[in-house]
Amino acid sequence: MSVPAKEKASSFEPNIVAFVCNWCTYTGADLAGTSRLNMAPNVRIIRLPCTGRIDTLFILKAFERGADGVIVSGCHPADCHYTAGNYHARRRFAVFRELMEFMGVDPQRITFSWVSASEGGKWAEVVNSTTEKVRELGPFVSYPRVAHAQVK
Amino acid sequence: MSRIGVFICHCGENIGRTVDCAQVAQAMGELPGVVHSVDYKYMCSDPGQALIKQAIKEHNLDGVVVGACSPHMHEKTFRKAAASAGLNPYLCEMANIREHCSWIHEDRAEATEKAKGLVRFIVEKIKYNRPLSNIFIPVNRRALVIGGGIAGIQAALDIADGGREVILVEKESSIGGHMSQLSETFPTLDCSQCILTPRMVEVAQHPRIKLLAYSEVESVDGYIGNFEVKIRQKARSIDVSKCNGCGECTKNCPNKKIPSEFEQGLGFRTAIYVPFPQAVPNIPVLDRDNCALFKGRAKGVKKQVCGKCATVCGRRAIDFDQQDSFITEKVGAIIVATGYQLYWIGKEQESEILHGYGEYGYGTIPDVIDGLQFERLASASGPTGGKILRPSDGKEPKKIVFLQCIGSRDRAKGMEYCSKICCMYVAKHTMLYHHKVHDGKAIVFYMDIRAGGKGYDEFVRRAIEESHALYLRGRVSSLTRNGDTIRVQGVDTLSGEPVSIDADMVVLATAMRPQPGITSLAQKLSVSYDLHGFLNEAHPKLRPVETNTAGIFVAGACQAPRDIPDSVAMASATASKVLGLFSNEQLEREPLIARVDRQTCTGCFHCERVCPYGAVERFEVKDRKGNLIKVIAEVNQGVCQGCGTCQATCPSKSIELDGFTDEQIFAAVNAL
Repeated sequence: MSVPAKEKASSFEPNIVAFVCNWCTYTGADLAGTSRLNMAPNVRIIRLPCTGRIDTLFILKAFERGADGVIVSGCHPADCHYTAGNYHARRRFAVFRELMEFMGVDPQRITFSWVSASEGGKWAEVVNSTTEKVRELGPFVSYPRVAHAQVK
Repeated sequence: MSRIGVFICHCGENIGRTVDCAQVAQAMGELPGVVHSVDYKYMCSDPGQALIKQAIKEHNLDGVVVGACSPHMHEKTFRKAAASAGLNPYLCEMANIREHCSWIHEDRAEATEKAKGLVRFIVEKIKYNRPLSNIFIPVNRRALVIGGGIAGIQAALDIADGGREVILVEKESSIGGHMSQLSETFPTLDCSQCILTPRMVEVAQHPRIKLLAYSEVESVDGYIGNFEVKIRQKARSIDVSKCNGCGECTKNCPNKKIPSEFEQGLGFRTAIYVPFPQAVPNIPVLDRDNCALFKGRAKGVKKQVCGKCATVCGRRAIDFDQQDSFITEKVGAIIVATGYQLYWIGKEQESEILHGYGEYGYGTIPDVIDGLQFERLASASGPTGGKILRPSDGKEPKKIVFLQCIGSRDRAKGMEYCSKICCMYVAKHTMLYHHKVHDGKAIVFYMDIRAGGKGYDEFVRRAIEESHALYLRGRVSSLTRNGDTIRVQGVDTLSGEPVSIDADMVVLATAMRPQPGITSLAQKLSVSYDLHGFLNEAHPKLRPVETNTAGIFVAGACQAPRDIPDSVAMASATASKVLGLFSNEQLEREPLIARVDRQTCTGCFHCERVCPYGAVERFEVKDRKGNLIKVIAEVNQGVCQGCGTCQATCPSKSIELDGFTDEQIFAAVNAL
């Protein structure tokens, strides 16, 4: 690589998908919008009723389809609109992280956060910091290519 | 192939200034499945909605995507518009290109690209939307109120006056709760019994209220609109159909030395007793633990010991063999109004966080009493006939010290919350004391004065200015016996001086806690509670009287420390919620709930385990001969709240959340 990795990474615009829960984070993101908080445009939100709805396959599919990073965000523990969905999401994510490493995906590409409906500022921070982190990590190279590379 | 209509809103300048809406509309128009794509200034306005309705008819649309503000704002608006044009409302969705795009970015090119992406997510998702219809579940329009204090009474009256039947269950022998023990109420100094007893009588006489006193809830089954409640009617040892409340039994009972619970231990009662003269229902109850006859039976004595009450009862209403009986009631809504208890700080507590305050001598020094005991002393029908007298020697105290915040606002011992009513009732006590003992001196040790209600601060001012109560800002470190008096060691932080007082009586303002047994009741109802046992409301700001369990509401001090006006307001609020629920024979629910595919479900019940609402039931699949093939999961349409945790957990992907199916979400992700 003739171009230093850092310089190359800084011109790249990451594609980030956020799977968020309707009641807390989506509303928090609405609040960030209402408050006109400026943030990086790299994150696109997909609305779900609850983080408990998130199947880990969604995240894998997102990477497969061109996402460089994924954000999963829901209600704070004990505040889930459906009382326990966020706990299930958290547990699932703990197991999923190991699966990701096994598949060769850098777990740093996934951010898990709790953003409540009143935390517009926090959402903006999550968006901006995740965008920068993924920008530094560079574009995501899809798994088939990773697997084939090793086979060679 | 789909026939989707896309409508991009400028929202005046809100979106239009940053996002090139025409470009977005044009780009969406090129997507496969999109047959109509336009942009307009104000989609939510009447002409804007008319555009949608017209397009649905003209282009035979089977899906509508509106790229505009947040769905939280206008999803209902556009769904209604679609429905009025003949399109199933659940085939209409919104893409948020305002809060999530135009309002948070400045670069026009970046924002426009992002808007295209966001609308595209929804366009791809909506291709897999199914037409859905609202679900109707029948509602049994009777209510159950648990707790017969002022909150329970108010709720029952409001619902009954609203035309619906109510069952009021109260665990004590009479309704009235703690308010019936009070002497006078702040800030009006109304005689508590005078304003309460008319309500109690109204409850007893109301044609639509079924009063079950001396009863408790045994078990609760079912769900909103369809609860089945088993109630235990405890044995009074009296046939209520025969008793006429004459009181002969009470008069003739030989055991007159049992400490009275109503008098908070300051007075006595008989074994067969009515808790207070104005009790409703005015039927006695026999305390078998303290009755000579039952003690004899327990010992195995053959000959009947005592039995005086049965002998003098002209109606032959006494029944020593009566057992607890059970009835089942079907109701559509439940209100919990079980009230509070005061923190008895003198004794060992059942949990780690309640440490007890040995240094205050409560329970050992007889003249150290709590707020409710002072109320009984002040009450005209109390153990001293309304005279403030020392429990130890019956003398009139000339100096009373009141301590606020005992057990409250203390993270180290006791509870960290404020009990809300103590500042007010201590001020009231100083005034009552002053009215009864003109040369008495009242001293109050306080941390803060919390008098936020209407007329409350003025009330405390009166205690200081008219009743000459001395308010010292500081805490007391110990209460010790000093001969006949109680040595109070405290500090006045405003002057910086330690204070030592020899008081004739000390009254402690102890913390308010929920009733004992609240956690087991909450578990029966599947209602959550906090670490103190106070029941949890659905949302502290905007849904203070509902719980997260549909159909169950809370009123009064069982949810948090609360005074009478707020408890009454809350009770009326729950009644309005219940009457709203009962306004239709059927409950209409959004159909965005889970559904099981009976073919592929294997009956592993992972979904049952993770469902926070217990909405998964078991369904038996049988062949034509009636042989059981398999037992699979089934979602109760009345209970499921639509979180989707079950779908993410199902190993065979047999359960789907309508509105957010895997197909729909993968379609959106594929549109990246």
